[in-house]
Amino acid sequence: MAKRQKVLVLYLKLPSLEGEVISWATFDGTGKKLHMTGDSDEPPYPTGLDALLDGWRLFQASQAIPEHPGQEFRTSYLKHEFFFEKLEEGDF
Amino acid sequence: MAKLLTTEQMAEFANSGCLFFDELIDEQTNKEFLDDIGHTEIDEVDSVQDYYRNIKATSSIPRIPAGTKLKDAYPKGSPLEKIFAHEVVDGAIKSLVGSNTIIDHQFLHITFPTKYFKQANQRQMSQQNHQDSTIDPRSTFDVQLFYFPTEVTKAMGGTRYHPGTHLRIVNEFGIAKYQNILGQKSIVCKPGTIGIFHSGLWHGAGVNFSENIRYMFKVRLQPTEKQELLWDPEKKYQPLPNRALYWTDESKDKTINDILMRSYPWQEADTNRLDKINVVKFWRLLTGHKKMDVDYWLTRIENELY
Repeated sequence: MAKRQKVLVLYLKLPSLEGEVISWATFDGTGKKLHMTGDSDEPPYPTGLDALLDGWRLFQASQAIPEHPGQEFRTSYLKHEFFFEKLEEGDF
Repeated sequence: MAKLLTTEQMAEFANSGCLFFDELIDEQTNKEFLDDIGHTEIDEVDSVQDYYRNIKATSSIPRIPAGTKLKDAYPKGSPLEKIFAHEVVDGAIKSLVGSNTIIDHQFLHITFPTKYFKQANQRQMSQQNHQDSTIDPRSTFDVQLFYFPTEVTKAMGGTRYHPGTHLRIVNEFGIAKYQNILGQKSIVCKPGTIGIFHSGLWHGAGVNFSENIRYMFKVRLQPTEKQELLWDPEKKYQPLPNRALYWTDESKDKTINDILMRSYPWQEADTNRLDKINVVKFWRLLTGHKKMDVDYWLTRIENELY
């Protein structure tokens, strides 16, 4: 049996896993489903914590980086990024 | 005679980064545009390259050197000349980028349906989210005008866009990793619809699962003058006085400030406040009122006493 990784990336309203999901991306290494941009309007979980409760393992979270002096009001990329994974066994 | 935008429409643009004019262009002009580009059924298309080659060889859409004045760009009597002469299109352009706007670039975006990808044995994917066209820290802004000559159904995908993202400065496809963003929208519209985006608005082409070819003609326009009160040449706009915050009076009628301060579901709890501050800063530039404020966002932190 081979193992394949599924990756779920959640962007939250807060830097805490309790925060509501505001953006999401899924990459399925099993090849069972091809996800793409704009493929769903509803988030897969209400919060980051709900993803943990469903068995997703957190492996990376964005750091809190202080705003650069003079650039305090510049807005850019979504801030609160969390990478999760699930490993799936099967004959791929 | 150009029909300039209203202050409400300008506030909508300042807050959301986009405006739409449904079914604005008449049926005859839409037909002329489609005939001009040689629109056909998907069964007649052998390859994307050949389809574009044919349109470029036979249509009236000219090659326009970057920096050309819009008023000199399109052949007299051509469908595109008629579209840009429409009083609402003309007025919106004059309101946002002025009377002497120049063309950055134009392109006819064609999104092919599933059948084409099956025939070509290619994976059919949507276009990732991006911001055109490189990192852009200016206060000046360009607009992108979109023209949809045919109906765009939900199955056809439509141009995906994210209202309120236009003031977030990112580097083009640096936002491609956000597959889905809460509150995302797609342009599903009737033939002849015109959309106008602030050049910073995050967007991408949706995947076309229908049986028909989807077209979107785009022109990016740059101003050559300061974008201050262009929609209000008589300078009638005056900022509203401060209002109560948090402990608010819900009986008051909605104002321009409510349009300017609208939030979006994709905004973080903390950065949402910066988004509002940036809309106020943008509105200061658009109106020329350098000290105006909405809901005290800037006054509060401009009260530096040391």
